[in-house]
Amino acid sequence: MKAMILKEFRQLRRDKRTVAMLVAMPLVLLIVFGYAARFDISDIRTAVVGPAAEAVESSLQEPFDAVVVDPSAGDQEARDLLRDGRASVAIVTGSAPAVYVDGADLFTAQSALRRGGNLPEGVQAEILFNPDLSTSAVMVPGLVGLVLLAMGTIITSLGVVRERQEGTLEQLAVLPLRSRDVIAGKIAPYALIGVFDLVLITVVGLAVFDVPFRGSVWVFAAGSLAFLLAVLGIGVLISTVSQTQGEAIQLAIMVVLPQVLLSGLIFPLTSMPIGVRWVSYGLPLTYFVVIVRGVFLKATPFGPLIVPFLALVGLATAFFGLAMFRFRRVLTPARAARVPKEAAA
Amino acid sequence: MTWGVEDLTVDFGGGTPALDGVTLEARPGEVTAVVGGDGAGKTTLLRVLAGVPIPSRGRVHRPDARKIGFMPATSGALRDLTVAENLEFIADAHRFDAGERAGLLLERAGLAPFRRRLARDLSGGMRQKLGVVLAMLTAPDLLILDEPTTGVDPVSRSEVWRLIGSAAAGGTAVVVATAYLDEAERATTLLMLHGGRALLAGTPADVTAAMPGAVVDRAVPTDRDRAWPRGARWRQWLPGGSPDAEPPDLEDAVIVAMLGAGAGR
Repeated sequence: MKAMILKEFRQLRRDKRTVAMLVAMPLVLLIVFGYAARFDISDIRTAVVGPAAEAVESSLQEPFDAVVVDPSAGDQEARDLLRDGRASVAIVTGSAPAVYVDGADLFTAQSALRRGGNLPEGVQAEILFNPDLSTSAVMVPGLVGLVLLAMGTIITSLGVVRERQEGTLEQLAVLPLRSRDVIAGKIAPYALIGVFDLVLITVVGLAVFDVPFRGSVWVFAAGSLAFLLAVLGIGVLISTVSQTQGEAIQLAIMVVLPQVLLSGLIFPLTSMPIGVRWVSYGLPLTYFVVIVRGVFLKATPFGPLIVPFLALVGLATAFFGLAMFRFRRVLTPARAARVPKEAAA
Repeated sequence: MTWGVEDLTVDFGGGTPALDGVTLEARPGEVTAVVGGDGAGKTTLLRVLAGVPIPSRGRVHRPDARKIGFMPATSGALRDLTVAENLEFIADAHRFDAGERAGLLLERAGLAPFRRRLARDLSGGMRQKLGVVLAMLTAPDLLILDEPTTGVDPVSRSEVWRLIGSAAAGGTAVVVATAYLDEAERATTLLMLHGGRALLAGTPADVTAAMPGAVVDRAVPTDRDRAWPRGARWRQWLPGGSPDAEPPDLEDAVIVAMLGAGAGR
């Protein structure tokens, strides 16, 4: 038994990535769950419009935080502010007072309704976009992203690293193929499967869970494409720094797990401390969740989604570009081998 | 056109370079055997010659990638593809119309009945033979084979060498790494590597003839540091020569070269 235990310890000591994961993961999970994994809402972004907007704003109490105060705006503008994700609650003052709550922002909506005591008297809050406050309606669109993320990151990283492990990557490197052909060929099946998964999950989600799809298919498709590029890029990137499939899976889990917890898919971003929220802003799923919930539930058009779109495209370009750069270095003999061009006759 | 490397040095770090100033020539129609023990640098040399991205210094003369056939030590066969699909992939990558050549090579390698079998379901030896067929498929100018007969049974070994011979007869320059000296004797020239350096180079006959000192046959060696067993008896190297010297063979020459380099036994 002593021999066996000693052998395991020696192997474990040399597997630095596993040791790092065993030590770092509990710490990360503790910090994430301690700080970020909160359902209690301390801050509700509130828009106040209409002639008495300023008066109502001054009477607002925590957790309501006025982010838009516009005496010239009316009922439609209030609804638009919620649709565009600029506020979670909108208070309309004037002759036809109203309070609207964004039902797509589930926990914030529930919290707002519970603490509605300081809303204008006699006004019944109306829940927009998800009137039943259905969990499925909020989760299913986000799960589309989660499935794409897991599939794109884990499966892609395995597919490429398998070539390395079986020793066939070096043969690909010497075949008369342009590196962009190898990369495109390598990624194309995963991209296609990703698109198939996307359609499948969306259709099943809509049919089985009765989730509405109110927005533009094209906005959804464009967002999905950018997100898919980002996750495929992360997958290829992982494969270029992993020697074995085991290492690739470990890294992929370390990349996927924080996105599940910090992207706003489960825990609202507004309840996370600002430091943790900055981590969220570096994760592609954060932006995809905003886009996909906007499209599914609120029919948000492209315009108001420009910021998450730009962020997602930026991240996709960065991850995909870096992955291609590293993959190309693995495949390009002349550059990496520093053999003079004239010598490679 | 002669292919090869000139004064090639590869250093992965960690003190000793993997290759240190190695030169190898591969002429059309000839077979060059690269021999050496484990860690001698054979695989690194072949990989650099084939164009695998490895940081190196020195000059490499290789044809265009379309004219190189390379079989890595792992055979290079894609395990999840069938034998026929592997051939199709290599032909497509080279934009080469394999036509009847694929069938001919499979026949010669004894793989014709296994066209539809997945490469991962082939025996180790059959997979090695498939690797040789894949490397030869496009009738390359330079054929590079990394230990193609390791793990291959004796009958298959002779089939592999018949294939290699036919490639050379067709004008291909062949470079084969091998750990078997009887195979090196079949080559036109050989290069022996030891610790990343070239210890011997030339035809097998020249290398054998140039062996310094003498080798004697002994029932009991007088100097075990310079002796090695052969059958029930011993061969012993006498650097100063001996009147009862045995005619040396390639194995003697190679072992003497290693002893001379201070490899010890």
